Amino acid sequence: MAKERKGIEVSLALAEAVGQADCDVISAYPITPQTHIVEHLSELVADGHLDAEFVPVESEHSAMSVCCGAAAVGARTFTSTSSQGLALMAEIFFIASSMRLPVVMALANRSLSGPLSIWNDHTDTMMVRDGGWIHVFVENGQDAYDHVFWAFRVAEDSAVRLPVALNIDGFIMTHMIEPIDFEDDELIKRYLPEYRMEKPLHPDDPVSMGCFAMPEIYTEAQIARERALVESYATCVNAWEEWAALTGRRYHPVETYRADDAEYCIVTMGSLGETAMAAVDELREQGEKVGVIKIRLWRPFPFDDIYRAVAGKDTLIVLDRAISFGGPGGPVALELRSAMCRRPQAPAIVNYVAGLASRDVTVDDFKSIILGGKAKAAEGDLAGFTLYGLRE
Amino acid sequence: MDKFSVYSARLVEKAEYFACGHRACQGCAEALAVRLVMKALGRNTIVAMATGCMEIVSSPLPTTAWEVPWIHVAFENASAVISGCESGMKAMMRKGKLPPKKINFVAMGGDGATADIGMGQLSGALERGHDFVYVCYDNEAYMNTGIQRSSSTPWGASTTTSPAGKISKGQYTQKKDLPKIAIAHNIPYVATACPSFPFDLMEKVEKAAAIQGPAYLHILSVCPTGWRIPTEEAIKYGRLAVNSCVFPLYEYEYGRYRLTYRPTPILPVREYIEGQGRFRHLTPEDIDAIQKRTMAEYDKLVKLSEEG
Repeated sequence: MAKERKGIEVSLALAEAVGQADCDVISAYPITPQTHIVEHLSELVADGHLDAEFVPVESEHSAMSVCCGAAAVGARTFTSTSSQGLALMAEIFFIASSMRLPVVMALANRSLSGPLSIWNDHTDTMMVRDGGWIHVFVENGQDAYDHVFWAFRVAEDSAVRLPVALNIDGFIMTHMIEPIDFEDDELIKRYLPEYRMEKPLHPDDPVSMGCFAMPEIYTEAQIARERALVESYATCVNAWEEWAALTGRRYHPVETYRADDAEYCIVTMGSLGETAMAAVDELREQGEKVGVIKIRLWRPFPFDDIYRAVAGKDTLIVLDRAISFGGPGGPVALELRSAMCRRPQAPAIVNYVAGLASRDVTVDDFKSIILGGKAKAAEGDLAGFTLYGLRE
Repeated sequence: MDKFSVYSARLVEKAEYFACGHRACQGCAEALAVRLVMKALGRNTIVAMATGCMEIVSSPLPTTAWEVPWIHVAFENASAVISGCESGMKAMMRKGKLPPKKINFVAMGGDGATADIGMGQLSGALERGHDFVYVCYDNEAYMNTGIQRSSSTPWGASTTTSPAGKISKGQYTQKKDLPKIAIAHNIPYVATACPSFPFDLMEKVEKAAAIQGPAYLHILSVCPTGWRIPTEEAIKYGRLAVNSCVFPLYEYEYGRYRLTYRPTPILPVREYIEGQGRFRHLTPEDIDAIQKRTMAEYDKLVKLSEEG
């Protein structure tokens, strides 16, 4: 592929990126709204544009299992799923990271049943938050395209060797047609060279993978996973810097918009960041000193980037797209509250949950959330969370 | 002359790919089956194994009994994992990322992993036509977790979740016929085997590995612990199972059935059942019923075998 800008559905652009990455094995099971990604990949394979094995499995559990087998022999491996599919593959999701298998997954975020809903929020991904994967959230189609290469690059790095979940909002992004800058294959090859696994399954040098652990080893195995994930941060950042050097497009673990001189900020993750930015522009015109903080890297959690971003802010209004039932709020707010706990000059944190199952969160909604959150903080009303737009 | 049975046992591969020092129970015929299967497969093999007895006894970190590349991911997914290994190698060899090599891709699981929790994944892998061998080691219950019934447990067997009691005969369902389910996928090769007949078993493994496409092997693996028999009698009970036609040895190759061993004389099933603690509660009438059913099933196989 040559360098060019074209208007294309984001799912298709993402699939094209997997093709440009010269993936060896793709295994997936159809589920809305992930379908366009894997349909296009199977087309690329069928037309000979991508030389890969497309393994059309009978369930998502098998999709992740096939990916584990393929990654274990050293193949570049990709899958994609959503919601119930992720729930079904959850058992193997956790094992993939424990076995340090660098699978890349496009997770088209969708509500988890029940009631059954095909629409977008973050309830599926939050279920596997603690699964030991690197989690990145993308905001628009260009992000999605760029992060396919980044995900393989980070996952396969010998210092990391962990699976990566590329979180992309279902429908809101997967089904959007956007202008996207495609990079030429030569540049991609320079950024993402052929993957060579150090100790794959091969008869020439037999290894055993997935041995079981007695209690005297299990603890150490868990801390090894924890350290691997925490230490992957440096590779994540370096891989973004190299991408910026090649393409000029720069990404960070935490990104901000009009936040430098802001007194308070709205915090988002995923595609709603752009709507939040529009709302902040309008509020700035009304004199509100407000900015946006967007979390791109969810795991490993970028504590220091967050501390830098929130320095000097009075209040954070955190927008979550999932509920931790019976707990104190949405998962992102929980994370921030715990990160800020006992820090000097920590901002007050107000938590809203909105946009469940694609319920629209417009610029006006963001304005109400931001101003409502500011008022709550002023009243000291910081406990729990508010479900925005609830019809009662 | 390609048959093991015409050689003396001394000509069997001496190398062990399933090494000694694993932690299987005394008298475990399943461990023996794994050892024989591995001898027949040889060095150029990748094994994906389901959670279960053989996985647990062979792989406590940081040790391993495996002299070939081996992977365990979970209980139900050995067939999907080996599908991934096979697809990955195929793609990388085609693309020149790996030098070409003939490798046997083999998935292994017990009867629980195969007949119950991994049934869908096995069916998927057989249907997709991966070039692999699936080996089911059938000891007729979930032995690893403590002798719970599976759908491969025979009628009348007392297990910890199908106990014989005042109003129960133990397992109330008939054994699921896994080889028939495999055959229904129109795969090129399906066979039954038992380590009490080692040359027959190894010959079938070689055949399964040589055939292009999916092959399924169903190996009766006597479990002294779960069947409640003396540990030194596992081989004897394997022979009794085959010689009483409870477990006939046959193969199905490109649509043709063949009995690879015809017991003469056929022993009464009573001789197989009597000494096993799991069947001790059965009455002579119960055993008669098993006898009738056993011969009816065997006669069907004889007929299929004669049709060729």
